[in-house]
Amino acid sequence: MAVKKRMKDFTLMEKIYLPSIVAGLGITLQNMFKPKYTMEYPEVKFMPSGHYRGRPVLVQEEDGGERCVACGLCSRVCPALAIDIQAAETEKEKERYPERFEINMLRCIFCGLCEEVCPEEAIVMSKEYEIAFTNRQDAIYGKDKLLTPIADLQERIEFLRGNK
Amino acid sequence: MGKFILDGQEIGFKPGQTIIEAAKEVGVEIPHFCWHPSLSVSGNCRVCLVEVEKMPKLAIACATQASEGMVVHTESTRALSARQAVMEFLLINHPLDCPICDEAGECKLQDYTFSHSVGESRFTEEKQHKEKRVPLGPHVMFDGDRCISCSRCIRFCDEIAGESELTFVNRGDRVTIQTFPGKELKNPYSLCVTDICPVGALTNRDFRFKARVWDMSNTASVCPGCARGCNIDVWVRSNEILRLTPRQNDEVNSYWMCDEGRLNTWKHVNAGDRVDCPHIRRDEGLSKATWDEIYSKASAELHSFSSGEIAFIGSATSTVEDNHLLSKLASHLHCKNIDFPRHIVPGSGDKILRREDKTPNAAGALAAGISPVKDGLGFEEIMVAIKSHKIKALVVVEEDIAAMDEKYVSALKQLQLLVVLASNFNATTELAHIVIPAATWTEKNGVFINFEGRAQRIRPAVATEQMDRSLDGFSMSRLDKFGTKFDRWGNYKKYDARPAWRIFLDLGHLLGLKAKFELAEDVWEDFTKHSPGFHGITYDDLGETGLTVKKELHKV
Ligand code: SF4
Ligand code: SF4
Ligand code: SF4
Ligand code: SF4
Ligand code: FES
Repeated sequence: MAVKKRMKDFTLMEKIYLPSIVAGLGITLQNMFKPKYTMEYPEVKFMPSGHYRGRPVLVQEEDGGERCVACGLCSRVCPALAIDIQAAETEKEKERYPERFEINMLRCIFCGLCEEVCPEEAIVMSKEYEIAFTNRQDAIYGKDKLLTPIADLQERIEFLRGNK
Repeated sequence: MGKFILDGQEIGFKPGQTIIEAAKEVGVEIPHFCWHPSLSVSGNCRVCLVEVEKMPKLAIACATQASEGMVVHTESTRALSARQAVMEFLLINHPLDCPICDEAGECKLQDYTFSHSVGESRFTEEKQHKEKRVPLGPHVMFDGDRCISCSRCIRFCDEIAGESELTFVNRGDRVTIQTFPGKELKNPYSLCVTDICPVGALTNRDFRFKARVWDMSNTASVCPGCARGCNIDVWVRSNEILRLTPRQNDEVNSYWMCDEGRLNTWKHVNAGDRVDCPHIRRDEGLSKATWDEIYSKASAELHSFSSGEIAFIGSATSTVEDNHLLSKLASHLHCKNIDFPRHIVPGSGDKILRREDKTPNAAGALAAGISPVKDGLGFEEIMVAIKSHKIKALVVVEEDIAAMDEKYVSALKQLQLLVVLASNFNATTELAHIVIPAATWTEKNGVFINFEGRAQRIRPAVATEQMDRSLDGFSMSRLDKFGTKFDRWGNYKKYDARPAWRIFLDLGHLLGLKAKFELAEDVWEDFTKHSPGFHGITYDDLGETGLTVKKELHKV
């Protein structure tokens, strides 16, 4: 282990600082001509690929209905207790659907376990990462905010199937 | 008592006992679907196969009698592979319905698949499909796909309910359950089939899809529907009752309860007409008031009547504790007119569980001293005396007297003071001068004494404004444990109501009653001190299943 130098041990060169400052400016100068890795967010948006875990959303079938059968497994597995579901009966063949489906985005930790446990492929992680609100009530996303047309989720669904 | 060897351990058995029964007594559960301790043996599911030494083939533990010196293996290679094979067969046609099935979480098939099956299916063919969502009767829904043909439901109707309503039809893998032509599954105990069905083939139509079982808390309590006092569990999510299920008590209700008790004893708890704070009658009708206001008004007004002008009406639907403090208050005021109305419905009882007395605690009300003191007036006499203006002030506990009979309405209108303790607004509160919100049977601790003199505890399952689920020792679900007031499911409605005994205690203090109780348990202790036959019996003695106190004491 390198022994940490104390002030009294510094050489003259180190004590006057200037050479180090010049060296530092040199590195800055070099980097000005290298390619950039940062992004001018929010003017430029980050477009993640299918593997990205943004906020969880519900899959909306082509007929407009939700795919979810309100089994409550996502709500059970969610380590943050973010999901609250009220099931109800439907005339459709699947018998039950979520009358209320809410995710508390203040609780969600984007772990993706809900997506993993879902037996219906009905809840998936979207690419959406811009989540902001000004009070606790707005943080609770209902079906209106969660339902997303299946066409917009194709990339994620294919990613999931490919990684089973 | 003979002895045999079960998995290398010597255990005893009574003559005639089967292997499964003897094993159960020493706490070993041999897997079973069709066997039920209270039903006859049908031996058709075969999951209880065990190896018995010197027997050529495996034997079903539910139908094989234990005998001296028998050597039984439940975990040997042969027994295990047979069990796994049976599970595989049962799952061949069982749908992957768990996500939409109400039974999930309390399903025997699910549990055994987890613990006794290999977890892989070799069956790739199309599964057999049957009728789904078939209402068998007013309360029960049937799903043919899920049925494993154990015949428990059929045997329950035949043997316990005494009304043959269900039967198997067809054969082989097409076998399914149907009601007999022209019949419905509507015996008074029909919902018990949903409890004993080992899978989700029979579900409670009143509860269907309301909640996942793991999201609810369950609280041991007693049904207030009649004088039997069946032991039950109250299932609650977000401080709202969603269903009742029977709790085993061989001394009272075995494994059963009636549909009436299961469905109609709790709907008022979450109803819109709850009395949510004290009310006082002012010129424009009943209006909200504070607790202090009603206590001081009620005590001041009661004070202005002579003891002969006051009457108290207790209730056999309230607990022993409630009635004990009512009778304490009455005797403190030297009032002799104290009684409770009876709710006997002739013809509504049977030999199974249901009693004609539709109240849970008539014996308890009597034991607590809710009966006219020497020269005092009984219930009917009180009502007559009100008409003739002899009684001018009346305190009523949790009884809707006005709804019982037309003639009582005109009597109640004559009163100068009518104080009503009620959980919901009703015909009597319409006429009351002071309405005090009383906690329901699901919101307080207390004791009911049934027609056989068995004292059994009820416990709070729903929190009122003064209570906190964790601080008051409630049974807690996962959601209760980790919820905050910022979660919608944690931020639930609590009513501003108090148990009747506490109301009488506070009222009594203003009237000079010297008594100090913190908990319902203290009231019970005081009651036992003053009641022969109950000396020294504590809440702990009553436990989960109650205690039968001397019978002859409690003839109602
Ligand atoms: S991503 Fe994780 S924390 Fe968020 S809702 Fe799903 S399971 Fe819960
Ligand atoms: S796990 Fe899937 S199907 Fe079940 S409730 Fe959640 S989203 Fe719906
Ligand atoms: S409906 Fe249930 S109880 Fe009746 S035979 Fe089928 S599995 Fe057994
Ligand atoms: S028999 Fe009486 S106590 Fe039992 S469930 Fe029915 S109403 Fe309740
Ligand atoms: S439990 Fe023995 S055969 Fe079903």
